This record gives sequence, structure tokens and C-alpha cells, in this order.
Amino acid sequence: MLDYKKMSATDIREAIATRKVTAVEIVQESIRLAKTEGKELNAFVTICEDKALTQAKVVDDKVKSGAPIGSLAGVPIALKDNISYTDYLCSCGSHILDKYVPPYDATLVTRLLSADAVIIGKTNMDEFAMGSSNENSYYGPVKNPRFPDRVPGGSSGGSAASVAQGIVPLAFGSETGGSVRQPASFCGVYGMKPSYGGISRYGLVAFASSTDQISPIARNVADLATVFKVTCGRDPRDSTSVAFDHPDYPNRLERKEKFTIGIPREYFAEGLDPEVNAVVQKCISELKKAGHSFIDISLPMTDKGVAVYYIVAPAEASANLARFDGVKYGLRKSGDKELADMYGDTRASGFGAEVKRRIMLGTYVLSSGYYDAYYIKASKVRELMRCEFEEVFRAVDLIISPTAPTPAFRIGEKIDDPLAMYLSDAYTIPASLAGIPAISIPYGSASDGRPIGVQFTAGGFNELALFQVAKMMEQ
Amino acid sequence: MPLSKEQVEHIAKLARLNLTPAEIEKYTHELTVILSYIDQLQTVNTEGVEVQNQFITAENVFREDVPEPSLPRSEALRNAPDRDEEYFHVPRVIGD
Repeated sequence: MLDYKKMSATDIREAIATRKVTAVEIVQESIRLAKTEGKELNAFVTICEDKALTQAKVVDDKVKSGAPIGSLAGVPIALKDNISYTDYLCSCGSHILDKYVPPYDATLVTRLLSADAVIIGKTNMDEFAMGSSNENSYYGPVKNPRFPDRVPGGSSGGSAASVAQGIVPLAFGSETGGSVRQPASFCGVYGMKPSYGGISRYGLVAFASSTDQISPIARNVADLATVFKVTCGRDPRDSTSVAFDHPDYPNRLERKEKFTIGIPREYFAEGLDPEVNAVVQKCISELKKAGHSFIDISLPMTDKGVAVYYIVAPAEASANLARFDGVKYGLRKSGDKELADMYGDTRASGFGAEVKRRIMLGTYVLSSGYYDAYYIKASKVRELMRCEFEEVFRAVDLIISPTAPTPAFRIGEKIDDPLAMYLSDAYTIPASLAGIPAISIPYGSASDGRPIGVQFTAGGFNELALFQVAKMMEQ
Repeated sequence: MPLSKEQVEHIAKLARLNLTPAEIEKYTHELTVILSYIDQLQTVNTEGVEVQNQFITAENVFREDVPEPSLPRSEALRNAPDRDEEYFHVPRVIGD
């Protein structure tokens, strides 16, 4: 067997195409790892063994018969457990959905399967994608692969951990305020949040609809670009997906022209760990040496991002999660009570502490007498943030910053202090609120070896610049 | 301004969450802390700002009104905790 854990998606496809290995062998190895090392990390909720082996056999048959194969042929992929995959549990990390089996595929799944990818499992996550540490799951916390007493980040902790551990070369998570970039930073892998509308959300369980984005995770830039190319673009089933003429990302990773990159002073203020700062500064000096130019910029609304987010996202979540009522799917707690009490009992016992906290917060800020003071005010500040970015991107191609203020923190360290947990997303939230793309690149590490990510942010639908700068730093 | 226990009980009712007294107490404290952080937004001058939501697709999206295959009823019902062949079952809505 080739050294599967080190193989990129491109390597895997090539090895299968040239018959050095079969897709079935690759998928069996991935599933074996998911059941052993993945179990140790608590990274998976469900392993999709039956369908995965069937899909692998289809790929092998195509190779044998000389039929064309897709760009992800035989590549094992893991999906966060809030993405619908027919006939497999889609728990969202929640007790209220711990028996919910979707009867349809997300568009993401359809596109991956049509590129001959193989979905091997559904990954653990913070309940309904609410959290920054993966400690809020009904199925228990996920461990950081390199530092098991530390969190993998969240909410897509299982997806980031499974890629970092080598169980899969590619995984998908979802982002609402940094839920892929922050775990990518904590686990030492690449995570890219596309522009709002970049990837169809049909089949993604909704959290905050004005920022939710499905987002890929990989161990190298070419794989990340390939899987984004396969899955991006307009989908008639998601009216917020954008009809953008996406470039051929995997074949355009090399770039000759130099970048102009902005350094926003607000991202280097109080609260930034000195070791994280040192890694970002090293990245800046390397890029300077390579001839790219940097200018100091200011995004004055940055420090209002967390406050805006914790109005907008809980407000939208309180509406989106109203559908979990014990009638159409999931848990029901009742006895002989009347309807309203059945709703209240079902939701109180089905949702965990953080989800209830956010539903309460969201309900409050939308309630009569507070809507203007909170939701409208936050929407206006959000608009100011969006305009700030728009203005800055007239002068720069990219913005550089840390992904997260610190490397991975300890399991249990912030779980009793919601506000401290929320502030760990301070650098990822602004791009989410503005709907623009951003990537976390594994670049350095702290003195104890904990991975540190550098974040680049680009203007709307300029994912190409993100892949290109990531490629430069990979070399 | 701290939230009162009565306010939190009212929010829980609106949110259809039958919380325990201990949860009400916990959320009264936690929401007060979070809201006092959020209150910093009141210091931002937003006069004249129009909420444009331009990060969301700017134009309406239409399709032809042509019937397409949809989920069979049995599939749509299969996850319901209480159902028969045709309907979701719910507890009594109107009292005696």
C-alpha cells in the first residue's frame, strides 16, 4: 500500500487512474482509519461504509473499462454532519436530530459524486454549528489531532481534525462566522470560506442564512482549488447561489504579477497572542522578499464585528431553528400535553445549552420593542463594515491577518465563558458579515508546536487570489 | 441594563423553550453579560446608513411555474415521530 495518509487528492486519483491501487483499497483504508484514529479523536458521527464501497467499485469499473473518470475519482471525502446525504443520519451534533435521516442529497453531494468522489463519513460538529471549540456536540468533544488535550476549533472540528489526521485528504465544513477557518488554523490545514453564494447550500441545515457558506478543507492548495472548482457555482435549488463565471482554479495557481496586500492595524491590537503575531510577521517579510508590496490600512469597524455577529446570527438562528418542533422530524417529548407544551418540552430537552442560549438571545433581539435597537442597528453597522472592505479593496488585492487570536486552547478552558468563546472568532467574523472570501493557511507554529494559521481576505469572488497567494506560500 | 427573570421567562415562552428555573437563572445572568457587550454598538454613528444587503444576490430569482417531481409523501413523512400514511400527528390543540 502507498502511504495513504500522506497522499493528496491528486495523488490518489492519479494512482487509481494508473492502476497502482484500486479505489476500493483506498476507501477501505480511509474507513479503517476513520474507525480507529477517527474514533480516538471522536471526529465522526457516522461512517458511510456501504455506499462508499459501492461508489469505489464504480470508479474501479470505470478505470478497468477505460471510461473517463472524474477529477476526484476515488478520493475519500468527509462531510460535516449538517450536510444532507440520503439515507445517512444528519444529526447536526444535536439530540433533537439524532434520528433524522434526510431523504435527499445536498447539491454539494450531487456535485462531488458526479466528479466520482467517495463520501466516507459525516463528521462531528458543534451543535447546529454553534461554537468555536467543538465542545457543544451531543456526541461529545472532538480532540485536536496533534494536542489531544486541546480543542480542534469549531464548529467544523471533526472535518478539520479528519483532514489533519490523514483520514481523508478533503472534507467540507460550513462557515457562519469562521467555523472552517478557525479549526483549519488550530489543526494546521487549509480552510477556505467562499464568497457568499459561492457554493450551493441546498441540503445544508440552516443556521444564519445571511452568512452560512459551505467551505472546503484540505492539506494542500491544489486539492482545495480542485474541490472548490467541482462544487462552486449557481444551483437552481438555492436562489442565493450566484451565477459567477468561475475561473479554472486548479490550472491557474501560478501567478507572475505581484500582489498589493493590506495590513489592517485593528487585527494586530490587544488580545493577539505574540506567537501568532510573530508567524504573521514572518509571512509578511517572506512575501516582501518575493517582491509583493504591503500597505498599512485601517478597518475601524473591526472591533464591532463580534457584537454585530451576536445579534445577526442568533436572530436568524432563532427563526431557522423554529422548524424543530417535534412534528416533522426528530425528537418529540410529549405525554398527554397540549401542542404548545409539546413544542416547549421537545425543544428544551432536544437542544443543548449553547443552542438554547443563542435562540434566547436571538428571540430577545427580535422581540417587540428591541428590534430597532438591536437588529436594525446591527444591520447598519454591518453595512458600514461591508463598505469599509469595499473601499479597501480599491487599493489592495488582499488583506493579511491572523486567522485566530491564539493557537488551540485547552478543552474546557472557555466553555463556561460564552463571551470569551465568542471573541475567539473576532478575526474571522468580519469577512463572513461582508460576504467576502477568506482563507486560513497553515504557516507556522507556536513554541510548543501548536499550528498557527495566517488569514488572507479578498474582494467578492476573488477566490483565485486566495488560492494564488496560498500557492506562493506553499512553495 | 440587567435583564429581569420575568423578561427571560417571557423570552423563553416566545422561543417555545420550557426551561427549568435553574436555566432561567443561568440565562438571565449570561444574556445580561452578552447584551452589555453588544451595547457598544449604540456608540457607532449610523445616521443615514441604508441597509442594502448587497452581500445577498441583488436581483430576484424566478423560474417558470412548471410542475417538477417532488418528494413522495411517504418520504416526506418518514422522519416524523408520530404519523400515519397521510398525516403528521400532533397533540390536541383545542382544550376541553
